[in-house]
Amino acid sequence: MADEHKDIDAVTGTATTGHDWDGIRELNTPLPRWWLWTFYITIVWAIGYWVVYPAWPLLTGSTEGVTAWHARSAVVTDLAELKTQRGPMMDKLSSAALSEIAGSPQLLDFARAQGRVAFADNCAPCHGAGGGGTKGYPNLNDDDWLWGGKLDDIVQTLRFGIRSGHDKARQGNMPPFAGVIKPNEISAVADFARSLSGLPPEKGADLALGKKVFADNCAVCHGPEGKGNRELGSPNLTDKIWLYGSDKATIEQGILNGRGGVMPNWEGRLSEPVIKALAVYVYTFGGGEK
Amino acid sequence: MTALEELAKSAEVHPPRIAAARAAEKAYEAEVGDDGPLYAAPKRIYPQSVRGRFRTIKWIVLAITLGIYYLLPFVRWDRGADAPSQAVLIDFPARRFYFFFIELWPQEIYYLTGLLILAAIGLFLMNALAGRIWCGYLCPQTVWTDLFFAIERFTEGDRREHMKRDGQPWTLEKYARKGAKHFLWLMVAWWTGGAWVLYFADAPTLVKELATGEAPFAAYLWIGILTVSTYTLAGHMREQVCLYMCPWPRIQAALTDEYALNVTYRYDRGEPRCSVKKAEQLRSSGQPAGDCVDCLQCVHVCPTGVDIRGGANLGCIQCGLCIDACDRVMEKLARPTGLIAYDTDLNIQARREGRPMVFKLIRWRTSLYAAIIAIAGGIMIFTLATRDSEGISIIHDRNPMFVRMSDGALRNAYTVRIVNKQLKSREFILSVDGIPSTLIDYVGLPPRADGRQLITVGPDQTKEVRVMVTDYSPTPPAPSTTVLFSLIDIDSGAIAQMRDHFFGP
Repeated sequence: MADEHKDIDAVTGTATTGHDWDGIRELNTPLPRWWLWTFYITIVWAIGYWVVYPAWPLLTGSTEGVTAWHARSAVVTDLAELKTQRGPMMDKLSSAALSEIAGSPQLLDFARAQGRVAFADNCAPCHGAGGGGTKGYPNLNDDDWLWGGKLDDIVQTLRFGIRSGHDKARQGNMPPFAGVIKPNEISAVADFARSLSGLPPEKGADLALGKKVFADNCAVCHGPEGKGNRELGSPNLTDKIWLYGSDKATIEQGILNGRGGVMPNWEGRLSEPVIKALAVYVYTFGGGEK
Repeated sequence: MTALEELAKSAEVHPPRIAAARAAEKAYEAEVGDDGPLYAAPKRIYPQSVRGRFRTIKWIVLAITLGIYYLLPFVRWDRGADAPSQAVLIDFPARRFYFFFIELWPQEIYYLTGLLILAAIGLFLMNALAGRIWCGYLCPQTVWTDLFFAIERFTEGDRREHMKRDGQPWTLEKYARKGAKHFLWLMVAWWTGGAWVLYFADAPTLVKELATGEAPFAAYLWIGILTVSTYTLAGHMREQVCLYMCPWPRIQAALTDEYALNVTYRYDRGEPRCSVKKAEQLRSSGQPAGDCVDCLQCVHVCPTGVDIRGGANLGCIQCGLCIDACDRVMEKLARPTGLIAYDTDLNIQARREGRPMVFKLIRWRTSLYAAIIAIAGGIMIFTLATRDSEGISIIHDRNPMFVRMSDGALRNAYTVRIVNKQLKSREFILSVDGIPSTLIDYVGLPPRADGRQLITVGPDQTKEVRVMVTDYSPTPPAPSTTVLFSLIDIDSGAIAQMRDHFFGP
């Protein structure tokens, strides 16, 4: 009630709020005045903020503020700054020969760091985050290379791609043999191909027929011993690595329908130093050839 | 019956009474507002100068703490050519913290946790022994405020003179004195900010850069921030910081006990207060008379404006200046000193009842705090003294987990980071145990002529190496084999080891 406001607490001499909870009353200790001023300062600050920064939403945008600051333009500035910061090293990367990059620890570290990011952005969707590959997409960590594993080879593959449609793309594919050789011959040559890398043939496999069919049809590209030919991108059939799988059904499928995976060309899409960095990065996965 | 029930009941019976009450309330609100004054201006405090034992201690503590703060960045410590020569340096760009012979890397930030534990328990121990002596002697807010009070007394005079002039109209002298005070305050505040930034860069170089205007923007910014905060907090906010902003008084009250020494007005001796003349009269007539002559000196010297005679108080920072003030008065009156002293309410009761006084410094509480400090400090010293100056950490490749080579061998790849905390370049050799026949390849490290693969890590640096381990054993390896990497310093033979796994299909 109104007259309760005038209650003064006997111990402290301070007025109470007049609220009464089972005989317990609340002191009405005033806040320090500077507290209030601090609050006013925050209001002034907010008004200053409206003036300086974009703040109030309008129908088709917002008030710009005198600085016209935008998160987007700030990022652009930061990126430009980063580019300037990386400039000298990027220039070095552009001008250095591939062998120089591999020979200089500082340049190698820089190229690998650049390559890691570029790989995650551009290559990982097919080749996997660590270049582990998957069926049809080569594992870049191993020492088996269809088109060569030297730095120059890798750069060329990156630049022009494989069967990418680019004029300088690596060409050559596994043609379909459906209708060219008989089904029993396909089965026999599949068994023979498996035997090349030491895989056990099926029971009753006609390896002699397979060998003949291979010599007649396959040796042109894969070589008489099945060691492959990097000029044509034809895989070495004697090693333990199978791009599409080593089971007989998969091999037969490949012979019947052919194979021809595509690696896009990156020239024009990635800058020269980035392509170099990617080549170095892929090379240092562990399979790079001297 | 609560007020609400009473109101409800009256509403049933006497609606006109409610209306009358509302009208009365409205009239009251129009006069003084809803709930009385919401805000109050702080009472200006003019602490009087005082001399005595505790004032001397405070001057000494002030000189030592501020001396350390302002001068420590200039102390040199020779660490050789590859490291900074500043004794205490927080090197953010290089991610290093230097403290005399100790150098900490960012991953050793847990020593900060240890320091925080020591600081907290140290504060609790101080509190258990003698209440808020941290507040009274060591807290930066107290130390700087004390310094600012000294400047204020120097420019505007002691309490009486200062109060008198504040009550008078503005004169040239008043402007000059106040101007001088704020100038000196700002100078101290500026120097405070200046000393702060010196901990983050080579002090002599930065001083030179600051003087020629070539220092980085962050240095000026931080000097500005600390100048403003010092000037505001020590010059203008003062006891308001302790009363309204600091959490410690609230926490402290929950951590204290009845044995903790507090600045205490010994009311058993002081009451009833009366003048010297009256005390003589009362005593001659056989009536009790206290020693307190109500001179208010204890209140006038108090930096937070507390009347300690009212008992334990949130505003009291336990600085003991009221003790000094009271002792001077008691000396003049030829009465024993110590009417106000570091004492406990228990002892007041004890004296009243004729029991002996108890000063129990060693209690469960203080012993426990001391033990925690000893244990935490011991662990820190032990780990600091025995920590390794080399380290290895390994991340196994996640994709692919393993690689089948064209000859059928299995290979796992690891990213190995080698740490060299010594201030000289070192050469390490890496070996792996756990699988029978292995070969280690390093990316970017050409093998040396003698066939040994040495990894050189520069002084006070880390080096990341991509390492490939190939298993040539004819039997197919298990899906996972534990392997042990050992890093050996070829000069000293110091070893750092880490376990990881070798994966197979």
